[in-house]
Amino acid sequence: MRPIRSPFLRGCLASSPFVIVVVPFAVLFGVVATEAGLDLFQVMLFSFSVFAGASQFAAVQLMQDQAPVLIVLATSLAVNLRMVMYSVAMAPHLGAAPLGTRALMAYFLVDQSFAASQAEFEARPDQPLRDKVAFFFGSVTPIAPLWFVATFAGAAMGQAIPPEFALDFAVPITFLAIVAPMLRSLPHVVAAGVSIVAALVLVGLPSGAGLLVAAALAMTAGALTEVALERRRALR
Amino acid sequence: MKIDPATFWIVLPVLGLGTYLIRFSFLGMLGSRPLPGPLRRALRYTAVGILPGLVAPAVLWPPATGGAPDVARLVAACVTLAVGVASRSVIGAILAGGTTLYTLLWLL
Repeated sequence: MRPIRSPFLRGCLASSPFVIVVVPFAVLFGVVATEAGLDLFQVMLFSFSVFAGASQFAAVQLMQDQAPVLIVLATSLAVNLRMVMYSVAMAPHLGAAPLGTRALMAYFLVDQSFAASQAEFEARPDQPLRDKVAFFFGSVTPIAPLWFVATFAGAAMGQAIPPEFALDFAVPITFLAIVAPMLRSLPHVVAAGVSIVAALVLVGLPSGAGLLVAAALAMTAGALTEVALERRRALR
Repeated sequence: MKIDPATFWIVLPVLGLGTYLIRFSFLGMLGSRPLPGPLRRALRYTAVGILPGLVAPAVLWPPATGGAPDVARLVAACVTLAVGVASRSVIGAILAGGTTLYTLLWLL
């Protein structure tokens, strides 16, 4: 087979495997958000303006629990803080693009476009800026339209699903499924463990506040474990 | 419970704008500069520090059963986690967890 020259097409190809994750995830969001009382317009507006699945699920769950606005915002924004790292990692490769292009790329900086572009730019750091920008936009092309279409499909189906289907548990299962593959190092396992224990112990705190404290403890525990492991490695 | 519309209309714009600014931060304004070590370290554990805590109470005390622990949901959660760790596949874990949940709900 002839190697694909166009960086845009290579980007499309690189992120196309993520489609099998994105579509069911977006459908599920549409269903869950509709069951939580949002109408079709609100669900779509949510997906368009936030465009970050995990934080959308978190926000819907907390709003449904009647958590105060500040808690909802702090928690869902905290879920998205990992994207600071994405932004940092992309800056050396895409930072020379014009401001308008960077502003547009920032909107499309999601887990999948980051993963595909990061792998590509690390493998071939010397390609011209034009090609990197084209690859980046290619990598989001299979993702973004499907995210919106699948959210729409889920929201349209939402009302039709009866309570026997135990959709209350769709969000826990989805989140556990997202977290499980991340548990590949001791600090990640420690952070997850602290998060669970602290959230359960602090569940009595006013809605959602316990989770914020648990998250802060978990992040600290993960970071400290990482430092401790590095120290021990350095001593050897 | 249903979402309060007033809450929704405050959360939507702030969460949308906030998320955008997070993405825009270094790519758009701050440029190529390294993050301080402690900050980079803490950011690595955001998702894994929040998501498990978010679902843990719902796994142990599901609102759908009025807060009574439920075998089907508990086992389904464990299966999801185990399959996800073993297979590293998000979709595989969701399918395994969903299948377990529905099988147990149907059996019990």
